[in-house]
Amino acid sequence: MIPELGQYALILALCMAIIQAIVPLVGTFNRTPGWVALARPVAWGQFFFLLIAFAVLTHAFLVNDFSVLYVAQHGNTQLPVMYKISAVWGAHEGSLLLWVLILGAWTLAVSLLARNLPAEVMARVLSVMGMISIGFLLFLLLTSNPFARVFPVPAEGGDLNPLLQDFGLAIHPPMLYMGYVGLSVAFAFAIAALISGKLDAAWARWSRPWTLVAWVFLTIGIALGSWWAYYELGWGGWWFWDPVENASFMPWLAATALIHSLAVTEKRGAFKRWTVLLALTCFSLSLLGTFLVRSGVLTSVHAFASDPARGMFILLFLLVVIGGSLLLYAVRAPHIPRGGGFGALSRESLLLGNNVLLIVTTALVLLGTLAPLVYDAFGWGKISVGFPWFNTMFVTFMPLLIILMGAGPLTRWKHNDPAALAKRLKIALLISITAGVIIALPFSTGSVSAGIAVALSTWLASTLVSGLRQRLKNKPGIGGFINDLSGRGGRSYYGMWLAHIGIAVFVIGVTFVTQFDVEKDARMTPGQSIELSGYRFRFEGVNNVPGPNYRSQFGTVRVFKGDEEVALLNPEKRTYLVQTKPMTEAGINAGFMRDIYVSLGEPLGGGDWSLRLYYKPFVRWIWLGCIFIAAGGLLAASDPRYRNPLRHRREAAVTPAGAASAIRSNA
Amino acid sequence: MPRFVRYLTPLVAFLALAGLLFKGLSLDPRKVPSPLIDKPAPAFSLTRLKEPEVVLSNADFKGKVTLFNVWATWCVACRSEHPVLMQLARTGKVAIYGLNYKDEREAAKQWLVRFGDPYVANAFDADGRVGIDWGVYGTPETFIVDQQGVIRHKHIGPLTQEIVRDEILPLVQQLEATSG
Amino acid sequence: MRLFRMISACCLLWAAQASAGLEKFDFSGNVDEDRYKELIAEIRCLVCQNQSLADSDAELAHDLRQEVYELMDKGQDNPQIVDFLVYRYGDFVLYNPPLKPSTYWLWYGPFALLVLGIIMLIKTVRQRGKQTDTGFSAQEQTRLDKVLGKDGDDSV
Repeated sequence: MIPELGQYALILALCMAIIQAIVPLVGTFNRTPGWVALARPVAWGQFFFLLIAFAVLTHAFLVNDFSVLYVAQHGNTQLPVMYKISAVWGAHEGSLLLWVLILGAWTLAVSLLARNLPAEVMARVLSVMGMISIGFLLFLLLTSNPFARVFPVPAEGGDLNPLLQDFGLAIHPPMLYMGYVGLSVAFAFAIAALISGKLDAAWARWSRPWTLVAWVFLTIGIALGSWWAYYELGWGGWWFWDPVENASFMPWLAATALIHSLAVTEKRGAFKRWTVLLALTCFSLSLLGTFLVRSGVLTSVHAFASDPARGMFILLFLLVVIGGSLLLYAVRAPHIPRGGGFGALSRESLLLGNNVLLIVTTALVLLGTLAPLVYDAFGWGKISVGFPWFNTMFVTFMPLLIILMGAGPLTRWKHNDPAALAKRLKIALLISITAGVIIALPFSTGSVSAGIAVALSTWLASTLVSGLRQRLKNKPGIGGFINDLSGRGGRSYYGMWLAHIGIAVFVIGVTFVTQFDVEKDARMTPGQSIELSGYRFRFEGVNNVPGPNYRSQFGTVRVFKGDEEVALLNPEKRTYLVQTKPMTEAGINAGFMRDIYVSLGEPLGGGDWSLRLYYKPFVRWIWLGCIFIAAGGLLAASDPRYRNPLRHRREAAVTPAGAASAIRSNA
Repeated sequence: MPRFVRYLTPLVAFLALAGLLFKGLSLDPRKVPSPLIDKPAPAFSLTRLKEPEVVLSNADFKGKVTLFNVWATWCVACRSEHPVLMQLARTGKVAIYGLNYKDEREAAKQWLVRFGDPYVANAFDADGRVGIDWGVYGTPETFIVDQQGVIRHKHIGPLTQEIVRDEILPLVQQLEATSG
Repeated sequence: MRLFRMISACCLLWAAQASAGLEKFDFSGNVDEDRYKELIAEIRCLVCQNQSLADSDAELAHDLRQEVYELMDKGQDNPQIVDFLVYRYGDFVLYNPPLKPSTYWLWYGPFALLVLGIIMLIKTVRQRGKQTDTGFSAQEQTRLDKVLGKDGDDSV
């Protein structure tokens, strides 16, 4: 009975979504304020029913209702409560329900928090988000019903995939979906602006915080996935350029371009068409990702159970949403007035260069991901495009981007004299080249890659420091800094600063762990010690230990540096009671400068085991960098200028054109 | 007119992408076609399943069109294609040889007793090396080898009546015709 | 087909465990352990959902790792071993797509895109540079900026 209520709630949510999509939008055309005002309450109604549906499915897992097919496939009585909840989004149908719930939540957030929006704009934005909701709800109800029943009712559930029985992987999808779905807000703002024809600085200012927050969530989601892969899969890798990983990375790259483009549109009124197109592209890439993961078109460990019929539905949905939005763009974009001019050397041109690089990178990731499909479709044979290709391309393009990243914030808007800019950049250039050369020389690391990475990171760091010093020149001391941080535009600047530092940290982490990590496979007898990178690993045997829903072969390895014990590691091999293939849990001693990592292999008889020992320098810097990037984004998004209703009311009345004419008439 | 066209570029690019994805829905990304088509069959020499003292080699394929079917007792899909093979063997239209892949000799012999033996002879490939040479990656797989010992076709997955009727037999007839 | 589903169900996520690839080969002789590990990481497991030979637990992956080891032991270099595998399984088995006429667009495509991007960048910058501005005098521009709350270069 209750699961049917869940399905009914979805149907009601669909009805709300239909009203939300059509009525307010029509109201903006025939100027019926009542219909326009309907947008917000209907959005709340939709969210209410989505919440009920989600709660019903969660409840079904918690009470082990195996009459619901989805619960029978992925639930289990022995599953710990936390994983019963995360099982809700552990497979196709439930994850789609989470997707549409999060879409409802973002819609709710826009309706509640974007108070400064004129009613028509709000109506159009919510209407577009309603249309997207309709698509996903139809997809759920017609092809992927999470509330489908099964008869006869099995006594026990199929259990959640043990790889997913992990905290990191439990929150990874919600974070990612917050990002993917959050980009629909920027998309909706762009469509609303195209429909109304009003693509001005106000539009950019409204869009920017929403885009930033979505981008932050996407950053966190991707970082979580990478970190999870590292500690869970037991081989110390953290990125494989798997199609589904790429499907999350492409929207991230495009969204990075978008937030920079929005900055220019907001500040200078330039790049309007590019910004709009980027906003459409980001969410389109999110939707494309949904298609790639669920249609079976590409092979991936991450892919949900594929079904061409579902794939067809999503493809049609893509045609309507992306095709429709791009058609609207083609029709309306020519009428968008061009923004202000800028010189060949200016922050605008450098940001444009930055965006060109980001877009080219997005395109190349798409190229590499889809290339096998292209070859197959044209009958040119089957190929694989894997990490060697992607790494080569990425490592070629990233340095160019980082160079621009360093120079951009130090370049003036509109026009910068080359000599003056060169002067400002001279010291940073000198420091970075020196640092890079020192690192590359044989007496330090002897690695050219490490040298280049250090040069690039130092370039970023020194240009940032230089810019900060310039900025705080007339604001001395801690007081000056605090004033600057809390002043106008402060958080935007420091957010940028933090995020760019994050990139520098990330680059060091990636390069150093790739160049300098050490790995050793060994057969070890209990009591035996092995040396690796200055550490002594003493294997102390493996014991059988029961867990809540698994049996564990629990290993103990003590790690010493000299005579001092540095770590006690417990690598495990777990056999879950339902899905019985063994799973390894690595034993990791995490450190700021290095990780020590051990995984169990196979028992070799007589208490001996094969083990894999790793020394991974700077690996945590990868995710530390991601944390800085996310923190920077949040800091920037929290800038009060996005929320100040007073200034907004004043500014909403004052458009650049209006102010210009006011000044002209006064002058 | 030209200006409008420029703004249509994203839409056109997307439609091309959508076309590609549509085509992709009908393809199987996991299927790996054989690069050995039109190449001479890899040489092998293995003991026969039922008569371990006798050797089966690719020399035995010369002179007639043969079907070389890769199977194992642990392979569930092989069980489903077996009746099709039995029927094909009864028609006598093509000689069927088998490659018993990574299996147990006794279990395989029992299997054939129980379900019928459509094979002229079976090569026993205990460690799968010959399978690797033939590019086998999953059972069942079926090769069509012509009279000169050149591989002409590989079918991946279990055979069905339709596949035999539409894919296998026409090619066999064609190959037999060309050699007179 | 069912077998593929069976094998792939087995491979799905399970196989990505460190127990994979830990068959004990003897690296004290001809075969260099690092070279072996690097090579098996670049070869694809055909029956898995996008995993390398290094990470996969599948039976075929085990067999192919054995094959690679033995070929290395016989003294073959990486290109020869790659040729051996490609002859039997095609280019699909390589994570590093070979550079040949049919893959030129794959390898050179990104650079072509970059060149295209740079051309568009130059065109846009030239165009915007020539463009006459909003027509404000410096004084008017300053007032306009103040009203709109624009801070000039400090702002992001």
